[in-house]
Amino acid sequence: MTLALILLSVLILGSAIVALSLRNLIHSALLLVACWAGIAAFYLWAGAEFVAFAQGLVYVGAISMVVLFAVLLTRQGTASEPLGFASWQRFILALVAGGGVAGILVGAVLGTPLTVTTPGPVPVLTVKQIGAQLMGPHVVALLVVGILLTVSLLGAVVLAAEENVKSPEDEV
Amino acid sequence: MSAYAMAVAGSEPFLERAPLLLRDAFVQLLPAPTQWLVHHLITIVAILAVFGLFFAFTTIAERKLLGRLQNRRGPNRTGVPQFSILPWRFKHTLFGLSQPFADAVKALTKEDIVPAAADKLLHFLAPVLVVAFSLLTFAVLPFGRNLIPVELDSALLYFFAAGSATELTIFMAGWASRNKYSLLAAMRALAQVISYELPLMLSVVPVVLVAGSLSTREIALAQGGWTFGIIPHWNVFTPWGFAGFLLFLVAALAESNRSPFDLPEAESELVAGHLTEYSGFKYALFFMAEYFGLTALSGLGITIFLGGWQAPVPFLGFVPSYAWFMLKLVGMIGFFIWVRGTLLRLRIDQLTRLAWQFIVPLALINLLNAAFWSLTRDWTGALQLVRWVISAAIVVGPFVLLGRKLNAGRAPRTYRYATS
Amino acid sequence: MLGSGILKGLAVTAKNFAGSFYDPERMATVQYPEERAPLGEHYRSFPLLVCENAADPLGTLRCVACTICEKECPPQCIYIEKSKDKKPDATGKPQLYPVIFTIDTAVCMGCGICAELCPFDSIKMDKVFEVTATNRFTGLLLERDQLAKSNAYYHSIRPAEAAEVDARLAAERLAAEEKAKAAALAKAAAAAAKAAAAPPTTPPSAA
Repeated sequence: MTLALILLSVLILGSAIVALSLRNLIHSALLLVACWAGIAAFYLWAGAEFVAFAQGLVYVGAISMVVLFAVLLTRQGTASEPLGFASWQRFILALVAGGGVAGILVGAVLGTPLTVTTPGPVPVLTVKQIGAQLMGPHVVALLVVGILLTVSLLGAVVLAAEENVKSPEDEV
Repeated sequence: MSAYAMAVAGSEPFLERAPLLLRDAFVQLLPAPTQWLVHHLITIVAILAVFGLFFAFTTIAERKLLGRLQNRRGPNRTGVPQFSILPWRFKHTLFGLSQPFADAVKALTKEDIVPAAADKLLHFLAPVLVVAFSLLTFAVLPFGRNLIPVELDSALLYFFAAGSATELTIFMAGWASRNKYSLLAAMRALAQVISYELPLMLSVVPVVLVAGSLSTREIALAQGGWTFGIIPHWNVFTPWGFAGFLLFLVAALAESNRSPFDLPEAESELVAGHLTEYSGFKYALFFMAEYFGLTALSGLGITIFLGGWQAPVPFLGFVPSYAWFMLKLVGMIGFFIWVRGTLLRLRIDQLTRLAWQFIVPLALINLLNAAFWSLTRDWTGALQLVRWVISAAIVVGPFVLLGRKLNAGRAPRTYRYATS
Repeated sequence: MLGSGILKGLAVTAKNFAGSFYDPERMATVQYPEERAPLGEHYRSFPLLVCENAADPLGTLRCVACTICEKECPPQCIYIEKSKDKKPDATGKPQLYPVIFTIDTAVCMGCGICAELCPFDSIKMDKVFEVTATNRFTGLLLERDQLAKSNAYYHSIRPAEAAEVDARLAAERLAAEEKAKAAALAKAAAAAAKAAAAPPTTPPSAA
C-alpha cells in the first residue's frame, strides 16, 4: 500500500513539476492531465471511490478538454518564447506574493492538529449515502455551487454571443 | 462477490454458471498466493478474447451490411487458403468471414510511417492509450447475471470517466501528427466531446434517478420482471426511458465518432483526420479502439435502457443471460451500422447546434419527466394510465415544439444552385 | 415533424438491405470473375493491330509503317521501324511494313488517338482490360506478334465499326481494281490504238 502511495506521489508531483518546467504548452497540458489522473488514482487508493471517479470525469474528461481547447485557440507567437528577467521590482513582488501564499499554506498545515490514530474500520460509504448527504445537510452548498456555475456559463455565453452576419450557405 | 456466492450455491441453471465454474476450475489448479491475480487475469483475458473477436467480426459485419444497404454484396471472397484441411470443397470462401484476419495480417505487415516533424512520443502514445482507455470501460458492464468484471458502487461514473479520456487521445494523435488535417480533426474532436459529453450523461441520469443507483448491476437487475407476463420492465418501454434511449443513441453516436457525427475522421474532407499520419498497426489500433468504444457504449445502452442481460419474454428465460446480452449487443451494433449507411455527416456548426439547442434541453426535460415518474411510483389503476399520458406528453410536447421552432426557416432545404 | 426524414432514410436503406437478397436487379455490382458487366460499344483499353489473315498475322498486317500513330501518341508509347522492302497491302498496292512495332502498355493511356488517326484502319482499340505481367518492363511491352489480331477478332469486339471499315476497304479495293481495270483497259486501248496506228507507220519500204 505504501509502495503504491509512493508511486502515485511520484507520478503526481513528477508530472506537475515537469509540466511547469516544459516550454511546450501542449505537453504541459497533457502532463497536467496525467497529474489529475494521478490524483484520481490517489483518491481511489484512499478508498474514496466516488470522489476518484468524479475527479476522473470532471478533470481528466472535461476540464482537460477545455484547457487543450484554450491552448489551441490561443495565439502562440512570442508568448511561447522563454521570458527573460524583467526587473528587480517584479522579482521582489513575485517573491512576496509567492512567499505569502506558501506561508499561509504551510501555516495552515502546521496549525492543523494532526492526530495520528490507528486506522479503525474504514467506513463503507455508498454513493447513496453521499447523495443523501449532499441533498440533505449540504444542499445549500450544492445549490450555491450550481448557481455559481450557471451564472458563469451564462456569462460566457453572453460574452461569446455576437450578432453574426449570416451568409446563405449557413442555412440548415 | 454476492453474485458469485449465489452462483456457486447452484441455484441457477448450469449454463448460467458455466463461465464461472470454468474459471474457478482453472484457478484451483494454481498455488494459492497467485490465485487472486489469475482470477482477475482470466477476466481480462476473457474480455480481450471475446471482444477482440467481436471487433474482428464487427468489421466484416459492418462492411457486409453497409454493402447490402447500398445494394452491394460486400466482401465475400476471403476464405480459408488453398491448403485447407477441409475435406469438402465449398470453394473455400466461407462468405468472406476470414476477411478480418486477412486485414489484420495486412495491417501488421505494413510499414509504420512516422512523419519527420511529428511529436514522436505522443504519436506513439496516442494509439496505445486509445485502446487502453476504450478497454477500461468494459470493466463495469454486466455481461450476464454473474458476469461482471468489477462490481463498483459508482460504476456509471467510472464508465464515463474512463470513456471520456479517449477523446484526449484523439487530440494527442491529431496534434502529434503535425498535419493540418490532423490538427483540425483534433479541434473537432474536442468541440464534439465538449458538446456531447453533457447530453450523454444527462440522458443516463434519469435511469439513475429511477433506479436509485449508479451501479450497472443494480440497474440491470431493476429492469427484471414482466407486465402481463409479456412486456418486459425495461426502461426503454417507459416514456422517459424511450426518450432517454433516443437521446442516448444520438449522444453515443457522437461520442464514439460514428457517422453521422464522424467529423474528426471525415474521410472526404479531412482525409481521415487524426488518422492521416498513421499506418499499419497503429491505424488498426485506432480502429480497434473505435469499435471497442462503440461496443462499450452499446453495452451501456443495453444495460441501462434495454434491460441488460434480461430475457425479453419469460419463456425464453432458459437461454443464458450472457447470450441475451450479446444478442442485444449485435442488435445495437447492427442499428449503428444501419444509421451509418443512411445518414450524412453533419457540419460542425450543425453538430454543436443540435447538441446545445435540442438534445441538452430535451435531456433536461426528460430528467424532470423521470423525477415525475419516480414520484408517482405508487399510482395504480386509472392513475397509472394518467401517469403514462402525462409522462408521454412531457416527452412529445417539447420534442414537437422545439423541433418546429428550430426547424423554422431551415427545412425543407432549398438549393440555390442545384435542382433537387 | 423533426426526424421524419431520418425515418424515411432508414426505410430506404432497409428496403435496399432486404431487396439485395432477392432482387438481383437492385445490385449495383456483379461477381466479377464469374459474372461480367457487359462492356460498352465504345469501351477501349489498349491498341491492337488488325491483320487480314489469322493464319499469317504478320504477313497480312494492314499497317504500312507510316508512323503517324508513333508521332501523334501523346505519351510516346509506340515505336515503329520501317521495312526496307515493300509488300502488297490489302488493296494489292506495294507498301512498306513494320519490322518492329511495339506499344508499351505501361505507358499507354488508352486515349485512342492512334486508332482515330490511322489512315489504313490498321490500329484499333482492344477491349481486353485484364492485363497482367510478371515484369513491368518487358512484360508490358507488347511486340508486333502480340499486337496483331485478326479482322475476325476485330469484328467480334466492335461489329458495327468493323463492318463499316470492311465496307470502306472493300469499296477502296473495288475502286482500286476498277482503276486498275480501267488503267488496264486504257493501256489495252492505248496499245490497240498504237497497234491500229502502227500499220501506217510501217515503213513503206516493206510493201
